[in-house]
Amino acid sequence: MKTSYRDAMRAAIREALQRDERVFLMGEDVGRYGGCYAVSLGLLEEFGPERIRDTPLSESAFTGAGIGAALGGMRPIVEIMTVNFSLLALDQIMNNAATLLHMSGGQFNVPIVIRMTTGAGRQLAAQHSHSLEGWYTHIPGLRIVAPATLEDARGMLWTALEDPDPVLIFEHGTLYNAQGELDDDAGPVDIDSAAIRRPGTDVSLITYGGTLPTVLDAADRLAAEGISSEVLDLRTLRPLDDVAIAATVAKTHRAVVVDEGWRSGSLSAEISARITETLFYDLDAPVGRVCSAEVPMPYARHLELAALPTAERVVAAVRQAVPARG
Amino acid sequence: MTDAQHRPAHDLLRQMLRIRRLEETCVELYSASKIRGFLHVQIGEEAVAAGVMSVLEPDDAVVATYREHGHALLRGVSAESVLAEMYGMQEGCCRGRGGSMHLFDAATRFYGGNAIVAGGLPVAVGLALADKMVGRERVTACFFGDGAVAEGEFHESLNLAALWQLPVLFVCENNLYAMGTALRYSESQTDLALKAAGYEIPAWAADGMDALAVAEGARRAVDAVRSGGGPHFLELRTYRFRAHSMFDPERYRDKAEVARWVERDPIRDLHERLTAEGRLSDEEWAVIQREVDAEMQKAVAFAEAGTPEPVEELTRFVYSEQSAPGRAVS
Repeated sequence: MKTSYRDAMRAAIREALQRDERVFLMGEDVGRYGGCYAVSLGLLEEFGPERIRDTPLSESAFTGAGIGAALGGMRPIVEIMTVNFSLLALDQIMNNAATLLHMSGGQFNVPIVIRMTTGAGRQLAAQHSHSLEGWYTHIPGLRIVAPATLEDARGMLWTALEDPDPVLIFEHGTLYNAQGELDDDAGPVDIDSAAIRRPGTDVSLITYGGTLPTVLDAADRLAAEGISSEVLDLRTLRPLDDVAIAATVAKTHRAVVVDEGWRSGSLSAEISARITETLFYDLDAPVGRVCSAEVPMPYARHLELAALPTAERVVAAVRQAVPARG
Repeated sequence: MTDAQHRPAHDLLRQMLRIRRLEETCVELYSASKIRGFLHVQIGEEAVAAGVMSVLEPDDAVVATYREHGHALLRGVSAESVLAEMYGMQEGCCRGRGGSMHLFDAATRFYGGNAIVAGGLPVAVGLALADKMVGRERVTACFFGDGAVAEGEFHESLNLAALWQLPVLFVCENNLYAMGTALRYSESQTDLALKAAGYEIPAWAADGMDALAVAEGARRAVDAVRSGGGPHFLELRTYRFRAHSMFDPERYRDKAEVARWVERDPIRDLHERLTAEGRLSDEEWAVIQREVDAEMQKAVAFAEAGTPEPVEELTRFVYSEQSAPGRAVS
């Protein structure tokens, strides 16, 4: 069937609400407004205000309430409108959700799912354009996933809800309108492994989430130049699928990591470090990185484009890593 | 009067004494370097935990602060388990991972032990939300200090609890100081019950130095919460006789002020009152003291004989065991 990332996500929420009466959705404007990005449009009418809960603009309280409800036996899906606002809930996410199991000596696990929009590309300027999922990957106790495809938008949520521990789902804002074909019987998918989205032999392009389409575009352009790129979609950012990363780099001997986060102290830095720690002697070139410019995201379209990882910048980074043919 | 009529007052006295002796034991053990980290004792504030805990049911939930040894103890976590935790032992309630500020116990629904001021309030709201959604008649009692009132999480949580009419009892332990900052330097409105009233939450204050008054105030509030009356707010005015923590030189308050409050020692006051009214004999009091002392000695011996949590277990409980990174998903 033809569908969109937004509709696939909504189908996932609907299925979860139907399958498990402990599941409910809570967040700002998820009900009457239909969700800031229309992901939950129509769910209030279908499931009622007990299970589709509009909250006040109190990120810390409703995220913490989700944690408490999870401790009390529910399976909450907390929607934080965007990652930018999640900073207001960081105390609850880090000091409680990620920490309670360990601090309590294994007594209190927190089966909460927190969804949020991330990323730039829509001229929303600095305070609405952060890509902070890399920050969250720093925190032990959390599982971080980034669905980049329709299958993952449809399938990651249920698996996340079955996880006994907190799972954060990062949905890139530019993906909601992505259209494509999805199997009618598409359902839950694993949230452990990375996936090869395009096989290749000359270079490994490692990315996730909103930059996957950019990287696939770059791979097409590189193919036209005779460079064969293997595209690895990380899917789960914590814990990283080290086996898949090692396998692709051992195969191609070259890696370029593409990450919309800033370069300093980033997820791309972590991946690059792991590659050099374990595969140094397999490498034929230094690990390349394409990240956002280290500026707060500007508003003007031309400036925003200049700051973001683009297919052109990915192609340029690959040309650095792969010697010219001929 | 019959024995049965005296029992609640005797029990409050005994429970306060248990907290006092546990805290004194902690201070001693800290001075002997048996316990490390931050240690915050509630000597002087015993009437608060004793009074409120006396009106809770076993199925209710408790969320407390980092000054929570007494709350854990009176909730039913054994002194052995609490001290073993502070010793970093496997037999501790959190297997040595929490320490003084993070006591947890699933069996008694004791949800911490939260060392972020006001960080427990949203969690308490969520526990109550789960109860309300499922239709369980349980109460979540959430303790916090006057310092928490300045935090955004306090205001967000009161609003949400009131908006959704959740079964939470907010218990403000107003000991007049946020660490070293007196209430008057921290709040434009120092009548804290008014803050709750602003969220349409019924609120009243009780003398936090009088366990009987606390129990009475808490009883009214808990009954109202349990019968569907939505959140309630109890302000208990109290005072800690000791420093904020073992590192606090107490530059911010005079000795005369402390001495005035010590005159109102909640344990001595209740003891004197019960004795004067002929409700407690010297023999009965001696028995209570002996039993409590024995309990603490036994707890120290238990902690001393504990097994240090093995270092090989360091990375356990970061993820649930069935969700360890790299697990297969069926």
